[in-house]
Amino acid sequence: MAAPSSSSSTWVMETSDVPHVLAVDDNLIDRKLVEKLLRNSSCKENGPRALELLGLTSGGQNTMNGRSKVNLVITDYCMPGMTGYELLKKIKESSVMKEVPVVIMSSENIPTRINKCLEEGAQMFILKPLKQSDVKKLTCQLMNCEV
Amino acid sequence: MDTNHSRRQLAAMKQSLFDQGLLDEQFIQLEELQDDANPNFVEEIVTLHYRDSSRLISSIEQALKERNLDFNKLDTLMHQFKGSSSSIGAKKVKAECNLFREYCRAGNAEGCMRSFQQLKKEHAALRKKLEAYFQVSRV
Repeated sequence: MAAPSSSSSTWVMETSDVPHVLAVDDNLIDRKLVEKLLRNSSCKENGPRALELLGLTSGGQNTMNGRSKVNLVITDYCMPGMTGYELLKKIKESSVMKEVPVVIMSSENIPTRINKCLEEGAQMFILKPLKQSDVKKLTCQLMNCEV
Repeated sequence: MDTNHSRRQLAAMKQSLFDQGLLDEQFIQLEELQDDANPNFVEEIVTLHYRDSSRLISSIEQALKERNLDFNKLDTLMHQFKGSSSSIGAKKVKAECNLFREYCRAGNAEGCMRSFQQLKKEHAALRKKLEAYFQVSRV
């Protein structure tokens, strides 16, 4: 895999790396599905745990660990406690992680919700359940492929 | 060797589940994820789903026993149930979930109870059929 040529993105993948994805979803079945579809992934069941892995908790430790480990965050929208939208905002607000693409998934097709997420900087909004074609489209987008 | 026979039987069973509107495209998506590294992926996911959904059914059942129904709580529980069902391609069950949620939003207690009974029936029926399906697939 080559680095994207877009100069506006500072997110770069090494040629030999498979992107490491952080998947966040409160539903066990959906986590299993994402895990299978995105081979190199870590799964967390809620926003706070995801933030912990990313090194974005208020303690602020290990910020570099999170940055070097995770290349993509894919999160469910509807989660108890912290929604995927709130998680997106926290990631985009952080100086260390804000360049990491965040994909939002939802089972509900609500245009205002979709726009809100895209405006906040979500890479993509995907309707659940996640399919292989979604992953292909996402990979293409992230790699700046011509489809 | 009866593998040809069971393969045909399996295909027929699957076709029947689709024809009856019990399964949708998502089930095929799951099958496409099955490979040599995960030869029983579909069965594993489905088994997980039934474990997960049994818990949700109990919670919903409890919530429906309350004197004053908490429609928000019921809707949230059903949202989870629907998501899980949708992820395995349970088409008819998903439709029943949607109906239940409509009743929740309308604050219609009787509608909720009725559709929940129907939902449990559909859920149990599909479970049985899928168990039979996987049994044949293991032959």
